[in-house]
Amino acid sequence: MKGNEAIGEAAIRAGCLNYFAYPITPQSEVAEYLARRMPEAGGVFLQGESEVAVSYMIFGASGCGERAFTTSSSPGISLMAEGMSYIAGGECPAVFVNIMRGGPGLGGILPSQADYLQATKGAGHGDYRMLVLAPASVQEAVEMVMTAFPLAEKYRNPVMILGDGLIGQMMEPVEFPDHLKTEPSNKDDWATNGMDTRKSDRRNLVKSLYLDPELLNSHNLKLKAKYDRMKREEIRYETYHTESDYRVLIVSYGTMSRVCRTAIDELRSQRLDVAMVRPKTVFPFPEQAVLVASEKESCEQVISIEMSMGQMVEDVERSVRGKRQVHWFGKCGGEVPTPEEVIDAIKALVK
Amino acid sequence: MGKIFCKPVSLSDQATHYCPGCTHGVIHRLVAEVIDELGVRGRTVGIAPVGCAVLAYNYFTFDFQEAAHGRAPAMATGIKRVRPDLIVFTYQGDGDLASIGMSEIIHAANRGEKFTTVFVNNAVYGMTGGQMAPTTMPNQRTTTSPFGRNVEEVGMPIKVAELISALETPAFISRQSVIKPKYVVRAKKAIKRAFQYQIEKRCFSLVEVVSTCPTNWGMTPVEAVQWAEDVMHPYYQLGDKKSPDPIKDKED
Repeated sequence: MKGNEAIGEAAIRAGCLNYFAYPITPQSEVAEYLARRMPEAGGVFLQGESEVAVSYMIFGASGCGERAFTTSSSPGISLMAEGMSYIAGGECPAVFVNIMRGGPGLGGILPSQADYLQATKGAGHGDYRMLVLAPASVQEAVEMVMTAFPLAEKYRNPVMILGDGLIGQMMEPVEFPDHLKTEPSNKDDWATNGMDTRKSDRRNLVKSLYLDPELLNSHNLKLKAKYDRMKREEIRYETYHTESDYRVLIVSYGTMSRVCRTAIDELRSQRLDVAMVRPKTVFPFPEQAVLVASEKESCEQVISIEMSMGQMVEDVERSVRGKRQVHWFGKCGGEVPTPEEVIDAIKALVK
Repeated sequence: MGKIFCKPVSLSDQATHYCPGCTHGVIHRLVAEVIDELGVRGRTVGIAPVGCAVLAYNYFTFDFQEAAHGRAPAMATGIKRVRPDLIVFTYQGDGDLASIGMSEIIHAANRGEKFTTVFVNNAVYGMTGGQMAPTTMPNQRTTTSPFGRNVEEVGMPIKVAELISALETPAFISRQSVIKPKYVVRAKKAIKRAFQYQIEKRCFSLVEVVSTCPTNWGMTPVEAVQWAEDVMHPYYQLGDKKSPDPIKDKED
């Protein structure tokens, strides 16, 4: 199945039947797929007038207690960033999928990872974070989309799936694991689902305005506690050849990490030992895993390899805490670096 | 003798933050009375705007969501699409709806979203301190049009009710006023009709309400009422602009 279509189907299989979106390359296939599939599944499909409006349709739908999601690509995500800030401030669950293309501005329509900082450091204004999952295959994208809904409900916070254009355009066989289908959580204690619906005399309010400085501070402390909890409970990553000795440690995610795997296999056959940590959550970032892997005695250097001009490298540097030299290698025009280019970059480090 | 007049159940006991002479309180009450009379309080969700009415939820006793500037119609769309059984209304001012939120209101109306918009037109940005709005009258002085609105530079005030009535999608669009009791009675009828169309799942409905802002107009409440009647009413003509009922249209 094509990645974009699999993402749409995964949401339905996860139990989310409300989709609002605005077309943008390279992920318009999600909307095209769901325009046919949602009515069949008895769900809601609506093409909004802009990404700005779509983010508030998600806010409204989620605020009244229903699961809702949208998909977009980089320039569209910038427009949705306003809504994300309000959704995080209003403590509503929501799922955003960003199939990244090159930037800045219109940039290009080919794959990229240039929205790393936007996704992980908060795209909109104010002190908020999103839980950000970064798939490296279509199958993983499916599983991440399916787990995103219960995670968004657990934290009452937006969750982002951060994929690059290749994840959306690639065709791979997929399975939709039944065990990842979840029932929506009960939201009667906060959602504006109507007092009659929850048989209550107490009205609910979804809002982000706190004019009293003390109240706003405690609201922000409450949000911070959620992000701290994510750091304790949600960090996911994968390691490759970290059990044996290695001279270079690669940190890479998404499609780029698959190229790095091929490069590592080739380098190891040439007796240059290299290992990799692949973050599956980029917020929260697997700081401890990267630190421990970099502290290995044999490890001389660390390199962040990404399809951007060096964004994740800031998190890698932070994690390594100055104990090893941290480098960056990447490309950003839409061409994915080849295994040969990665091999050359690694060899240049240890010459 | 039984009680024959009381505060609507849909209104709370919260003391108002609105300025003396402001008509938001009257419009809040009309909305609350209508919701009580239609018996839909338990399934109503209001959407508060950005502007003076951002705190509207303090005065109502049913579910409320708070939108960003201008985005209330998009939020109402989201709610109404996933929960068509809920009664949803947006309460928006002129800066919110006619400036930053023009796109959202036009497209929601054009899709025929089955919610209701109460649009308060007082010809000025209130909450931010009296700046020029798209509805500010020609030559009207505001903090950002200190020499009066120059229509050569910024165009004529936008007539929202007429603009939205131009859309082909069936809707109920009306302009009313609350500056004198006789207007208030008519405004309530229009607001009630707007909610009834929603309950019947008929169409999008919008009631524009000509309102006063003595504070930002630099007038006493009495002067403000006079100014609204002399200057706003001739430009913002009252009455139903569009209705889904062809017979009622002919009566208009």
